[in-house]
Amino acid sequence: MSVPKRNVRLGIALIAVVLSALPFAVGLGMGNAWVRVLDFALLYIMLALGLNIVVGFAGLLDLGYIAFYAIGAYLYALLASPHFGLHWPAWAVLPLGALVAGLFGILLGAPTLRLRGDYLAIVTLGFGEIIRIFLNNLNSPVNITNGPQGIARIDPIRVFGVPLSKPLEIFGVHLPGVYLYYYLFVLLALGIIFVTVRLEDSRIGRAWVAIREDEIAAKACGINTRNVKLLAFAMGASFGGVAGGLFAGFQEFVSPESFSLMESVMVLCMVVLGGMGHVPGVVLGGLLLAVLPEALRHGAGPVQQMLFGRVLLDPESLRILLFGLALILVMQYRPAGLWPSATRRREFSKPGP
Amino acid sequence: MSVLLEATGISKRFGGVEALKEVSLTIEQGEIYGLIGPNGAGKTTFFNVLTGLSGADSGHFHFAGRPLDISAPHLVAAAGIARTFQNIRLFANMSALENVMVGRHLRTRAGVVGAVLRNAATRSEEAGIARRALELLHYVGISERGNDLARHLSYGDQRRLEIARALATEPKLLALDEPAAGMNATETGALRQLIEGLRGDGLTVLLIEHDVKLVMGLCDRVAVLDYGEKIIEDVPAKVRRDPKVIEAYLGGTVV
Ligand SMILES: Nc1ncnc2c1ncn2[C@@H]1O[C@H](COP(=O)(O)OP(=O)(O)OP(=O)(O)O)[C@@H](O)[C@H]1O
Ligand SMILES: [Mg+2]
Repeated sequence: MSVPKRNVRLGIALIAVVLSALPFAVGLGMGNAWVRVLDFALLYIMLALGLNIVVGFAGLLDLGYIAFYAIGAYLYALLASPHFGLHWPAWAVLPLGALVAGLFGILLGAPTLRLRGDYLAIVTLGFGEIIRIFLNNLNSPVNITNGPQGIARIDPIRVFGVPLSKPLEIFGVHLPGVYLYYYLFVLLALGIIFVTVRLEDSRIGRAWVAIREDEIAAKACGINTRNVKLLAFAMGASFGGVAGGLFAGFQEFVSPESFSLMESVMVLCMVVLGGMGHVPGVVLGGLLLAVLPEALRHGAGPVQQMLFGRVLLDPESLRILLFGLALILVMQYRPAGLWPSATRRREFSKPGP
Repeated sequence: MSVLLEATGISKRFGGVEALKEVSLTIEQGEIYGLIGPNGAGKTTFFNVLTGLSGADSGHFHFAGRPLDISAPHLVAAAGIARTFQNIRLFANMSALENVMVGRHLRTRAGVVGAVLRNAATRSEEAGIARRALELLHYVGISERGNDLARHLSYGDQRRLEIARALATEPKLLALDEPAAGMNATETGALRQLIEGLRGDGLTVLLIEHDVKLVMGLCDRVAVLDYGEKIIEDVPAKVRRDPKVIEAYLGGTVV
């Protein structure tokens, strides 16, 4: 199936136009709060893509993934805020965040190499919690993380000296901060998608999938499963580290409660619901699970008011309720995810000839 | 003829079971060497120890003129020993072609940077991997199934695919664990031709097989394991008449 080059170019141009226009459409139509939701959705997409490398490609169930997001975020917070009086530029801190998170990926991955499935899930869950608890308690005797209060007044991300937090006027077009962050996040998300797609279709990507499919056979084929697994942990973690740094610069505040187990579970749901191991599916999963709960949060109150004249269920519990229901429905009717790869769809269907 | 593999005093115990007792054997360059014995005799265990999947309690191997490091399976594969599994272990949800491409992992280099940049070196390496994988599918006679998922292949084709994947690692010694199991007469005949072809191409083959006709017709020499002990190692004609072998196989009707 080869698509003519002209059509590919056309497709890329179309996607570029849609992605550029999206914040205006959303912002003008629904308000800038929704552009902010979009910004967060992009961060979640990056996280989901990172976790997808570990869970989707290499088949290693990681329930502590949010720890790498936390590491990226805190690294940015410590190196670019009044907390230590350091104000490193984003272009230095973000790559460093990727690197440090990647190293932590190896560090936390190494003890789990012999574990699979449930056992791996429990150990990684523990590691994730340990990181969060450290962040919560590293405020004494020496104050490093400022404990539960978190770190505030973090420097916004600057691109060529221009802070993305302040509105910008370009050729008479007014661009609020959330739009500027949107464009930065879109670019980085596209970069991460590019890296992921390239990796998937490579010697390394095949080795990951081989380990997922049959670790013993992979070993016998000459794959150094220890190194290849650690590479998966490191790559996945580095995406999380970048997303974390972006999060810190965007929010200008971090605290340990942003990195709870529930967040790890959420990102895992994005991967699984979207379609494990399938990049477009994972992107869709990230987008849906980041946007839909917000829609519910904002929509559930007014809709109930309209239907029943009062709010029967508070939007927050309704959100969780419907989220659980959606999960069950998807797992029941689309066990391979909303948008699985062709292979995986077959995997869950009846055996072929 | 020169010795390719020399096993010395290999022992392996599982709790109370002595799966291998001081097994020593030598395999010559270019021969087809049969390893037979009743169920539970320790044949698969010998493969697992040899390929680094299961540690030996004692003993050591010498392979292709140097000591063989069996501390990790990928080291054994790199040294030039490839294997198939008694209970077929393919990458079920990868295509047949991709299965063989994974076998090229060992002999190729591209890392993360190469994969992401997809530079000229990576592209030509990838092309080489795909080309070789296709050749091997052709060699084992399943080239028309290249795009099918491994799990959708017929049993006989899965066995062939496993052999193709093993060959992709460029082994000097190919160890086959009951490759004819579950095959019908036609498939077995084709398998026999395939193995003979491998020898013709200079490969050494270590063959575990219950199909006695196949073993006796194909192998240059045969060793018999019984309760973890090697009771004989000789040419097929001698082995089939040996009283110890006849007794091991309960009354001698089998061999
Ligand atoms: N992982 C293991 N744990 C415990 N016992 C084992 C293990 N693997 C093999 N055994 C035992 O070791 C002995 C040898 O088994 P092995 O699989 O090597 O036999 P085999 O000669 O390959 O038999 P078959 O012809 O049935 O394949 C058997 O008694 C078996 O039960
Ligand atoms: Mg066996």
